[in-house]
Amino acid sequence: MELKEKILSSYVAFENGLDINSDIHNIRTKALENFDKVGFPTKKLEAWKYTSLNSVLKNDFSIFPNKEVSIELSDVKKYFIHDIDTYKIVFIDGKYSSFLSETIHDTIDVCLMSSALKKAKYKPVIENYFNKVAKQDNLTSLNTAFASEGAYINIPRNVEVEKPIQIINFTTGSEVATMTQPRNLIVVEENAHVQIIERHQSLTSNAVLSNVVTEIFSAKNSTVDVYKIQNDNINASLVDNTYVDQKSNSVVSVHTFSFGGNITRNNLNFYQNGEHIDSILKGITILEGKQHVDHHTLVHHIEPNCESHQDYKGIYNERSTGVFNGKVIVNKEAQKTNAYQQNNNVLVSDKATVNAKPQLEIFADDVKCSHGCTIGQLDDDALFYMQQRGIPEKEGKALLMFAFANTVLESVKIPEVKQRITKLIAQKLGVHIGFDL
Amino acid sequence: MSKYTEEDLEQELKTKEYEYGFYTDIESETFANGLNEDVVRAISKKKNEPEWMTEWRLEAFRVWEQMEEPDWANVNYEKPNFQEIAYYSAPKKKPKLNSLDEVDPELLDTFKRLGISLDEQKKLANVAVDIVMDSVSVATTFKKTLGEKGIIFMPISEAIQEHPELVRKYLGTVVPTTDNFYAALNSAVFSDGSFCYIPKGVKCPMELSTYFRINEGGTGQFERTLVVADKGSYVSYLEGCTAPSRDENQLHAAVVELIAMDDAEIKYSTVQNWYPGDANGKGGVFNFVTKRGLCETNAKISWTQVETGSAVTWKYPSCILKGNNSIGEFYSIAVTNHFQQADTGTKMIHLGKNTKSTIISKGISAGQSQNSYRGLVQINSRAENARNFSQCDSLLMGNACGAHTFPYIEVKNKSAQIEHEATTSKIGEEQLFYCNQRGIDTEKAIALIVNGFSKEVLNKLPMEFAVEAQKLLEISLEGSVG
Repeated sequence: MELKEKILSSYVAFENGLDINSDIHNIRTKALENFDKVGFPTKKLEAWKYTSLNSVLKNDFSIFPNKEVSIELSDVKKYFIHDIDTYKIVFIDGKYSSFLSETIHDTIDVCLMSSALKKAKYKPVIENYFNKVAKQDNLTSLNTAFASEGAYINIPRNVEVEKPIQIINFTTGSEVATMTQPRNLIVVEENAHVQIIERHQSLTSNAVLSNVVTEIFSAKNSTVDVYKIQNDNINASLVDNTYVDQKSNSVVSVHTFSFGGNITRNNLNFYQNGEHIDSILKGITILEGKQHVDHHTLVHHIEPNCESHQDYKGIYNERSTGVFNGKVIVNKEAQKTNAYQQNNNVLVSDKATVNAKPQLEIFADDVKCSHGCTIGQLDDDALFYMQQRGIPEKEGKALLMFAFANTVLESVKIPEVKQRITKLIAQKLGVHIGFDL
Repeated sequence: MSKYTEEDLEQELKTKEYEYGFYTDIESETFANGLNEDVVRAISKKKNEPEWMTEWRLEAFRVWEQMEEPDWANVNYEKPNFQEIAYYSAPKKKPKLNSLDEVDPELLDTFKRLGISLDEQKKLANVAVDIVMDSVSVATTFKKTLGEKGIIFMPISEAIQEHPELVRKYLGTVVPTTDNFYAALNSAVFSDGSFCYIPKGVKCPMELSTYFRINEGGTGQFERTLVVADKGSYVSYLEGCTAPSRDENQLHAAVVELIAMDDAEIKYSTVQNWYPGDANGKGGVFNFVTKRGLCETNAKISWTQVETGSAVTWKYPSCILKGNNSIGEFYSIAVTNHFQQADTGTKMIHLGKNTKSTIISKGISAGQSQNSYRGLVQINSRAENARNFSQCDSLLMGNACGAHTFPYIEVKNKSAQIEHEATTSKIGEEQLFYCNQRGIDTEKAIALIVNGFSKEVLNKLPMEFAVEAQKLLEISLEGSVG
């Protein structure tokens, strides 16, 4: 049976466990109908021109994991940012693990989508925000149809959350191939401030496809920092759909660090519904083997006097493929927009490929928009200079790559995250570095 | 706008009469609307073409029938009904006028402002001229010089008769009949165009231009151009004309093929100023062009274009850099005003080693127009040390227009160096203020700034063309201030 058929037919079983008279259920049913109509994306779609999911979709995914598997903290501790105090929402094979998590319900809500969908207390928030910014395209529809679990974060007015929140999804490989549909909702109210770290980790080499949808609502004057760490096993694929709705004077930044996984697709969409908004999209991608990462960004400038900054760096080894597809739309009303987009790539191997498509669609005249895209190699002269001074070639190269990626690293606001990323990069480049960036 | 006077009426009546008198005459020369194999055969027969050519057209037609009209471009228009077009008509004869006084004063005014000489004005407006008119004798001398060098430059229909071996060898090698919808259509029904062959080692002593091909009628609806530069030769080719051209054909689907053999260089410059429709977006020409050049070892092809006309433009002059050390260049200015739409750009396909390409594209949009740059830079896995520099700048005037950039960059070789830059901005208020302060009125100031913005491309045009193109930019953007 083809995966799509399998998914469609398993919906009935999924419905059994749910309240089918709720509004949410209507949304789910509509989403399923939409997915039935459009199906999985193919390379024929312009948005998927450079990324094919065919090889992944061939797996016989189990839609609902049967077994509950518990894991020891000591086995997975290394995947947490453990040297600082954080809130944690942890899922194992799509199911909540209270043992590994640390949630909170008073003043702020850092808890579960499943309870938010059920409890009357959360109903107004769910009604106002759930599925309101997510665009109903192919894979987002699929996620919406099966949306039942994920992180639910609600930060009320004027609260600055004192410690970061980690959202971690583990897959244990108890099935030959596992598919998960995590659904996160993050609502940050006026003047509030929150930092979120997100990670997907497979614990075995069994095939995994995570189709994640995260909706972020950032109200007036709020600040949201999101760090996505993607360093998964070779058979784990990820489609990360993130939708950000920003109101006036808010600042939202999303940093994506892609170092691993099989096929990773990041759909990152920003909608600026207000003035004086700042949106920051940054990423570092370092790949090897046959890995494939596709950054597909959209920044939609709807109102005047806003800014957006995009900066994506990529380093590609062996037979890896990198895609950057960035789109900036500036509406007619969005005068005085400043939109910047930067994408720099280094190809280390002859077999590696980079496909870039930085697009601008501009309908307002009083704007400053630019994009730059480069593909090249490390500077031989600089390398030679370092070798002359006794730095081995490998370390020299690594230093140059660190310098190359530093514009992204330096804007990471949590020192421990920065350290972790620095270590991961060093590990990827096969060097040991004795300094902090 | 000039006032409608009795004289005008008189003249209009005169012209009308002419049109009428002429129409009955032309009828027998025009095929019925619609397209099928018989029509293709008939066109071929009319041109007295050899069998292989007829077959070639038919093959293209059969492919075309299976194809769908593309709609990926960022333009909106009502698709033409291909069965409602007459695919062959004898070259249209325009009414001969006796002196310049009879020409539409608005047209004359434009000529004057473009700085076109009086004799040329007469020719363009189809005023009867003396046989000894300068440009005619110049043209004759030119033809003689070209003949001495062994350069072949003639309408392609004649070339099919006189040099079938050359045409057969190269036609459709760069743009195959199956390439795309419009190229297939063109291959099936093209009526005429130019053929140019520069022999080995010959440096063409003058700018070749359709302009000097005196016997040639106006531009055709489906034009086909083939330029072959043999080893070590050089040619600079000009297409089009800065003068406004009020062609009544709504659909234009031209194909241009360039072949630059080892060490050859082709410079191809275009100025396109077809009827863009009126200020309300009514009418205007649809311009769907396929232009492509093939570079062998050490060869160079340079495309320069100034696009100001047409209601819809769909045009991507491309270079296939097949040979090692070959160079491709693309310099473009696209101006859209009122309701015009342009989707234009280039493709640089790097196949050989040490290949270089440069793309400079300047888009200027005003009024309610939409202007898109769409380009592809592709570095193949064997193209060592390929180098590309792209720059796409857009200038927006007014807040009802749009500027879009769709660059595709595909790199499969680590030694490639690619740089792509794009900016969008408007004319700065400070810049305007500075000019105003120094006594330059706003309209002039804008012309000045636009010219500065486009300078990098204008510089690439042959001199006479550049001067006219500069003025053309001014005229195209008239009334867009405010």
